Amino acid sequence: MNEQLIEIHDLYVNYKIYEGILKVLNGVEFRVGVKEKVGLIGESGCGKTTTMRSVMRILADNAIVPKGSILYKGRDILKMSEEEIQRIRRESISMIFQDPTAALNPVFTVGDQLMDVIKYSTKENLTKEEMKERAIKVLKEVALPDPERILKNYPIMLSGGMRQRICIAMALVSANELLIADEPGTNLDVTIQDQILRLIGRLVEERGTSIILISHALGTVKGLVDRVYVMYAGNMVEVAPTKELFSEPIHPYTIGLFKTVPKLTGGGIPEAIKGRIPDYINPPQGCRFFPRCEHAMPICKKEKPSLKSVGGGHEVACFLYE
Amino acid sequence: MVEGEILVVEDLRKYFKTAQGVVRAVDGISFSIKEGETFGLVGESGSGKSTTAFTIMGVYEPTGGRIFFKGKPLIGGVKKRPLSLKKDMQMVFQDPGSSLNPRKSIREIIELPLKVHKLYRGKERKRAEELLRMVGLPVEFLDRYPRAIGGGEKQLVAIARALATEPSFIALDEPTSALDVSMQAKIINTLLRIQEELNLSYLFITHNLSLMRNVASRVGIMYLGKLLEVAPASEFFHKPLHPYTKMLLSSVPVITEEEEKLKPKKIVSRGEIPSPVNVPPGCTFHPRCPECMEVCSKKEPVMIEIEPGHTVKCHLFNS
Amino acid sequence: MKSIGSLLSEDQRESLKRNWHKFSTNPLSIVGLITVLTITFMAIFSPWIAPYPQSWGRWIDFSQASLPPSWKHPCGTDIYGRDILSRIMFGFRYDLLMAVCILAMVVPSGTFLGLVAGYYHGTWIDTVIMRITDIFLAIPSLVLALAICALLEPSLFNSMMAVSLLWWPWYSRLAYSLTSSIRNEYFVQAAELIGANPLYIMFREILPNCLSPIFTKMTLDVGWVILIGSTLSFVGLGAQEPMPALGNMVAVGSKYMPDYWWMTIFPALAIAFTILGFNLLGDGIRDLLAVEEI
Repeated sequence: MNEQLIEIHDLYVNYKIYEGILKVLNGVEFRVGVKEKVGLIGESGCGKTTTMRSVMRILADNAIVPKGSILYKGRDILKMSEEEIQRIRRESISMIFQDPTAALNPVFTVGDQLMDVIKYSTKENLTKEEMKERAIKVLKEVALPDPERILKNYPIMLSGGMRQRICIAMALVSANELLIADEPGTNLDVTIQDQILRLIGRLVEERGTSIILISHALGTVKGLVDRVYVMYAGNMVEVAPTKELFSEPIHPYTIGLFKTVPKLTGGGIPEAIKGRIPDYINPPQGCRFFPRCEHAMPICKKEKPSLKSVGGGHEVACFLYE
Repeated sequence: MVEGEILVVEDLRKYFKTAQGVVRAVDGISFSIKEGETFGLVGESGSGKSTTAFTIMGVYEPTGGRIFFKGKPLIGGVKKRPLSLKKDMQMVFQDPGSSLNPRKSIREIIELPLKVHKLYRGKERKRAEELLRMVGLPVEFLDRYPRAIGGGEKQLVAIARALATEPSFIALDEPTSALDVSMQAKIINTLLRIQEELNLSYLFITHNLSLMRNVASRVGIMYLGKLLEVAPASEFFHKPLHPYTKMLLSSVPVITEEEEKLKPKKIVSRGEIPSPVNVPPGCTFHPRCPECMEVCSKKEPVMIEIEPGHTVKCHLFNS
Repeated sequence: MKSIGSLLSEDQRESLKRNWHKFSTNPLSIVGLITVLTITFMAIFSPWIAPYPQSWGRWIDFSQASLPPSWKHPCGTDIYGRDILSRIMFGFRYDLLMAVCILAMVVPSGTFLGLVAGYYHGTWIDTVIMRITDIFLAIPSLVLALAICALLEPSLFNSMMAVSLLWWPWYSRLAYSLTSSIRNEYFVQAAELIGANPLYIMFREILPNCLSPIFTKMTLDVGWVILIGSTLSFVGLGAQEPMPALGNMVAVGSKYMPDYWWMTIFPALAIAFTILGFNLLGDGIRDLLAVEEI
């Protein structure tokens, strides 16, 4: 592949809470190339959002990063000064959050908020007119009708789908290199979600930005990304080109997960993978999936498998394939 | 009433007065549920599918129309209904977090219906254990509090509570929408197994079409308070007629190639759901409909039967 | 301690421990708790720990009159020669007792009315109860209390009645808003669909979920009730001489300001500390509950 934009290597993130230490990320390996579209899927609580928050360096106060590196164009984000990371957030990487309502301030108009983002995203000294022009331009890009009027509106006056589009517009302004979309449109209806996903797909294509699309609804990433990571309990367990992953998953967790998704073709839903996501205070040693795995071997209990290539860009962290 | 129908809904209406005007949440829908079957209602937000369930259960008093349960008309809201009826109809709610009282133990929660209906007197404990086993939870859960168990387990407790009085009908309002797929699989399979064992009838409400395909025997699709199409599940997914059904199906995220083939290709989703206060005239779907004709904005189509058991409300078929 | 511990279930003990941990991370809450515990201790044991217990009543000793603070009398003495520190300790006793009595009348009645109105939200019951509540809230509270006290004979009991009358609407408002939102929770609807009767739903399903915010408000209110009680005794409408209520000690002492400043300043400081202590404690408890709700 081409040049790497983000390279996460052996990243650990813990959270300190009253009961003890939650060992959430457990040596995450993750890469996004320039102009690459990557999906990240996994059930809630598997660490998807924690991983992406580490990239933006917006982890909660009680988070600790004991080990690991996140390279942005070869430089470690975790070691950057506050100014540098601020600049990256303003100009290069941006994130769309799950809940479009929470991301917009209800007491300012859409125009105020959008123009603020525009002002800080560039070093040029823009006049008010120029900022407004740019704001209208991005609103047009996200296919919002009548952008002039929308600029004057308060968030509450707009529908959920429109708010999500505005969040995308705001993210696009500062996402010159990478857009991280955390479950975009999950709270919205399927027909609206479908439109939002198609919109994001078109925009990243046109602008040549990379994208990381996070989702727990497995199907949503399928039509949009080149490569998909599967995450389980703080580890990347499998990564493969999209088509290959969906047609031939090989990690026992991925196989189990795909089976339990209800299919449009019908035929019932196979019984779920037994057990549940481990307790992060005392996670299992070795492979975190082994207590639930039907192929568990003695080695799985002792050692943690690392991502190994099985050819064709398909990697899996499982002793079955070593 | 036809033999074997446990619930019949005729021209049901439920309007709400809001500051912006009258919301016709449910606006003249008719359907029936056969004994032992699962009737599914799908629709997006604001379609009125949950309101339909709440009105049937009596949480809301209907504005108009009639509901028959086992041949007898249901009158008014839950406060006016006889206790025996409450024993026979139960409901499972969408949000397992809020459907269990955080201040009560699982035992108190499951034993409440037994105490109210004076069932299994003196053997409440045994019955509660039996119910937990029925939904596949360990009996040690009885002494725990809701906050100490996971979301999926809470939902299983809610199901156990609904089953306590041995009802014959349960309304399930998006029972798995707040849960992960593996928990969803467990809950759905539990529900289907219990349905088989106890010959229950379900009204199953969800926005998830893929899930509906695997659960319901018949499906009705709602949009802005109206039923647009009703069909047996297999036909509904293989031969959708209404443009809205097609649009929904084409928007469903899927993972396999076989599913991809089922999705209508020609229709892509567009437009937004209008505010329920300002429902478009004529066919409510016409502003988003790719096959909109002149008549659609003027006259409301009527429900007609295309094939036995497959009805649709669209001018394309109203010739 | 062990016997109390064994009364609670594992789950409850665990949550107590967790709450204490959260509470103790805020030093201000701890300051509040210590202040409140000290005041309560002095109030309960004042007859035994006060250095001059006879200072409680009509004791006169002109040889000790109007002495400034010294080792013998840390807060000085008043014009009759009574020890002010002892009188402050007794003052805590009366003021706390007054606050407890007032809250004991106000909280159950206000909560009950709010609970009923909230459960029958939108019906005539709601309208009647809440409009009466609003009327009481619309009258400036101190004016009402002053009017009632002036009308009746000034005494501790009458001032307590007056404060109670103006305080219950706050609890009915609070219980009303809590109930109106909790009644829409699915667990209440589930109980209705099961067929549980309204009293069961109100008292067993809804009320236990209202108790934490009401308890928080109670803690915060102790300080305010004492302040209003003190205001009433300051203007001569509450507890009467020689009863050592903090408010009338301030009032009596104020005649001798600034020469005999200790007669006013120490009781006034005692009032301030009491209110501060209960407010800090109440804030601590409120933060605790707010965090738990997320």
